[in-house]
Amino acid sequence: MKKLLGLGLAGAVAFAGLATGASAQQKTLDTVKARGTVNCGVAPGTPGFSNPDDKGNWTGLDVDFCRAVAAAIFDDPTKVSFKPLTAKERFTALQSGEVDMLSRVTTWTLSRDSAMGLAFAGVMYYDGQGLMVPTKLGVKSAKELNGASVCVATGTTTELNLADYFRSNNMTYKPVVFEKAEELNAAYEAGRCDVYTTDASGLYAQRLRFKDPSAHIVLPEIISKEPLGPVVRQGDFQWFTLVKWTYFALLNGEELGITQANVADMAKSTNPEVKRFVGAEGEFGKGLGLTQDWAVRIIKGVGNYAEIYERNVGPNTPLKIARGINNLWNKGGLQYAPPIR
Amino acid sequence: MALADETRVPGAPRNSALDWLYRREGRQIIGQVLIVIILGAFLWMVVSNTIYNLQKQNIASGFGFWDNTAGFDISQTLIPYSATSSYGHAFWVGLLNTLLVSVIGIVFATIVGFSVGIARLSNNWLVARLATVYVEVARNVPLLLQLFVWYFAVLKNLPGPRDSIQLPGGSVLNVRGLSLPAPVPQSGAGMVLVAAIVGMVAMIALNVWATRRQRETGQPFGRLLPSLALLLGLPILAAALMGFPFTFDYPVLRGFNFQGGIVVLPEFIALLLGLVFYTGAFIAEIVRSGIQGVSRGQKEAARALGLTSGQMLKLVVIPQAMRIIIPPLTSNYLNLTKNSSLGVAIAYPDLVSVFSGTVLNQTGQAIEVISVTMLVYLTLSLSTSAFMNWFNSRMKLVER
Amino acid sequence: MTGSTKAAGTFVAAADLAPPRSEVGVIGWLSKNLFSSWSNSLITLVCLWVTWRVVMGVLDWAVFSAVWTGNDGTVCQSANVGACWPFVTAKFGQFMYGRYPDSERWRVLLTYGLTAVTLAGLMIPAIPGKKWFGIFAVVGLPFISWGLLYGGMFGLPVVKTEFWGGLLVTLVVATVGIAGSFPIGIILALGRRSEMPVARWVSIFFIEVVRAVPLITILFMSSVMLPLFLPDGVSFDKLLRALIGVMLFSGAYMAETIRGGLQAIPRGQYEAADSLGLSFPQKMGLIVLPQALKLVIPGIVNSFVGLAKDTSLVLIIGIFDLLGIVQAGLTDAKWFAPGTAMTGYVFAAFVFWVICFSISRYSAWLEKRLSVGDRR
Repeated sequence: MKKLLGLGLAGAVAFAGLATGASAQQKTLDTVKARGTVNCGVAPGTPGFSNPDDKGNWTGLDVDFCRAVAAAIFDDPTKVSFKPLTAKERFTALQSGEVDMLSRVTTWTLSRDSAMGLAFAGVMYYDGQGLMVPTKLGVKSAKELNGASVCVATGTTTELNLADYFRSNNMTYKPVVFEKAEELNAAYEAGRCDVYTTDASGLYAQRLRFKDPSAHIVLPEIISKEPLGPVVRQGDFQWFTLVKWTYFALLNGEELGITQANVADMAKSTNPEVKRFVGAEGEFGKGLGLTQDWAVRIIKGVGNYAEIYERNVGPNTPLKIARGINNLWNKGGLQYAPPIR
Repeated sequence: MALADETRVPGAPRNSALDWLYRREGRQIIGQVLIVIILGAFLWMVVSNTIYNLQKQNIASGFGFWDNTAGFDISQTLIPYSATSSYGHAFWVGLLNTLLVSVIGIVFATIVGFSVGIARLSNNWLVARLATVYVEVARNVPLLLQLFVWYFAVLKNLPGPRDSIQLPGGSVLNVRGLSLPAPVPQSGAGMVLVAAIVGMVAMIALNVWATRRQRETGQPFGRLLPSLALLLGLPILAAALMGFPFTFDYPVLRGFNFQGGIVVLPEFIALLLGLVFYTGAFIAEIVRSGIQGVSRGQKEAARALGLTSGQMLKLVVIPQAMRIIIPPLTSNYLNLTKNSSLGVAIAYPDLVSVFSGTVLNQTGQAIEVISVTMLVYLTLSLSTSAFMNWFNSRMKLVER
Repeated sequence: MTGSTKAAGTFVAAADLAPPRSEVGVIGWLSKNLFSSWSNSLITLVCLWVTWRVVMGVLDWAVFSAVWTGNDGTVCQSANVGACWPFVTAKFGQFMYGRYPDSERWRVLLTYGLTAVTLAGLMIPAIPGKKWFGIFAVVGLPFISWGLLYGGMFGLPVVKTEFWGGLLVTLVVATVGIAGSFPIGIILALGRRSEMPVARWVSIFFIEVVRAVPLITILFMSSVMLPLFLPDGVSFDKLLRALIGVMLFSGAYMAETIRGGLQAIPRGQYEAADSLGLSFPQKMGLIVLPQALKLVIPGIVNSFVGLAKDTSLVLIIGIFDLLGIVQAGLTDAKWFAPGTAMTGYVFAAFVFWVICFSISRYSAWLEKRLSVGDRR
């Protein structure tokens, strides 16, 4: 009995020790390097952004960003472990450390920055909420939607914007709220709702999954601002900076005309900006906790922003979304990166 | 366990500490202290981790969000609610929706369950077989799958609002649900309500009187027809006297949907169908085994006394079967209530969908929201079992 | 009378008269079971009509009007076509294994095979060596299965749980859930019957809380809250978290089943064990639990059926079990047709039904067998 008592006490002490010991802060970058992969939270299935095929190979804009981070760290864009997360799970998964970052069509808002402990590293894709209706309804504008039934995903800013829009235009509507895109699509196609609403990019993406995509039109009104970008936890500044500058490197790469194809030759460039980019000048990689050729690794691994865009959502893909506001600042868009210097 | 006590030689010198340890009480105290320590350490670990995680990442906590503006709409609200209402308000809307579908589900599942349970014991071979097939199919297919079938495969085939099916009495059925005409009370409707209440009270009084008379004099009193007359006849009579003081708000197609009237959502219909179909099969089995549990002798004795088979069922079999039936029936009612949370998968705005779904996501406060949800189900469950225990004990006393 | 005319003095019994034709044979059976009175006959006719309509409807949908071959949804496009079976054939691999790599699927089959052999050894009375099968089921099978399915051992490549799906996940969740709930259930059941108030209260609290709330809130808790409870940097696999939730949930139900068994053991057994001087673990392990567990085997098998059905709920937290993967397959634009939804659901329902119905039949058979043993 004494032995048992001792054992129990030892167990309890060990338990308590585990609790305090584990609370010590650990740097995300060190954890990632030790693990050998980046755990990246992505959407379970949004064509163009993150979509697995039957074999579990992921493609999409968000997915490529995860790969860019992995390329910067490991010089190997495949060292990513993708974790599909529902809208509900995404933040706790990040907060608890299950994933190192989210690259999951997530909108940057004040409350997410202030009350949920999240840090947005940039805006990978400037989006806005759109409304899609079957062509046969004959609706031309969102202002004609008074009294309509609207299918919407739960747990998103979409649900709130929708209420705001209809309220501010003195219209009524009936929400039909689903947890997952599969059920949402099925209900909309069954005619349960007149309107399907989500981010405009998502509308184009989900429309591809319909039997006859041309039988549905996206209305011209964009009813909200939806800056979508990668998210990390608060409290680890080094990791936050790394993710942020991975995004900036993609933009700077495009601005400087550095592509996957020519990145190897760029080492010989005499342009001081390019020299800093490829690490021939300055000590920028070290500050990020990375190697000198970090930006080269990114471009070599996934290409620059334009390449990622064209590959996944651009006019030559089934989604056919023009660059629009996602063009670089000097081409009439909003994408702007601070210089590397 | 008592061994240690008995083998100790009386009067032997006491090694007090060890001796205490070898006694039953001593060991029990140590065991309990151990449990407390381990549980305490575990809880402390969980709590400290959680607090640490929340603080480190600057996540809000507490119930400050309760009064904040919700900002989203809900498709079915039994109490006035709009996007400008608070999260707390949304909680009550969700809770009431859960209760609505549970109560109606329980009523219909009971009806289905008792009918099928009795049908399974029918002398008619075909009826018994059909009932068995229904029970075996409904019990062995997951409820969630049944909900998907009702919602995505069956109701989806209903026509759109513009080609709605017109039902008699001004009701309309389409893929957006069932629109019923809503009665709008006019002046004098109050009298009908009064008549309905009087009728109900009179019915209860009649039944109490009839029961007492039967117990004291043995004279049965056919109470079904008079009861119905009081319950339905009085309000109808009053309504006729007042010149039917109701107008009806008929649903009309305006814009995208039918406006006006009472709308029964397809999500509600699908959830109700699924819950009734599934739970009904379990109740049927309970009823069958309850009736089979009444010993043969009881039925034979009833026959020997010359009771008709109706009387035998009503006076001998069912009262005794109920004693076997009620406890498992209660747990099935609770199961139905808990299962109504599956409505979240087919967009029925119940507590889990509205509160643990939307509110959780908008506030990000998982711990508070899920704890409240669990507390609600715990309260529902404990109060139902308390009521049923009371009912059960009363039932038993009457029988003895 | 006819008997006595043959020979005077000796009585020879005449052959029994055949019973009236209306009482035996097909007609007798019919008139007794289906047409005993006019009301009964009416009910029979109505039921016959209903049965006929239902059976013909189902047959027409599933066989006569069904589409059997094709490469995409266009073959099932016409309005009055029935089931769209090519949808199921095309997606069959996914429904069974999820995104488990093609070249590794033999590992899943091998695991199924091993499990089936072990279960057969345990469940069929005629097969000897129950003890060895039991030991293997507890000690060997879980580890070998894990090694096979997840890989990383025996030189097999790792297949992450994200790639698991379909029936594989359904079966894994159900079996691991029931196996894990067993020790939890025993501890809680003993705790609830313990003389130590603290142990009793804790057990009662846990059991009652878990049984009062829907499984879905437990799953939400394990998927959304559990990560916050853990120390920094410690995280569980998503499937593992769901498994923990399922185990705790079914553990509480298991505890009540086992408690029923414990209560059925006569007091004399406990007292006899005490008087032999057995310690508490000996008393429970050697005397009480073996008897109690034998009593509750049918109950446990029934919980397994319940759990197998409840596993479909994991789709709500984004794990693709059989139903989840069917639901996901339905949104594939390639297979969009009016009939695919029903076809997919009917297929899933049939698989679940076969599993649950056969287990519950087994349970009923077992119950009968065990009770025969008791009566002796």
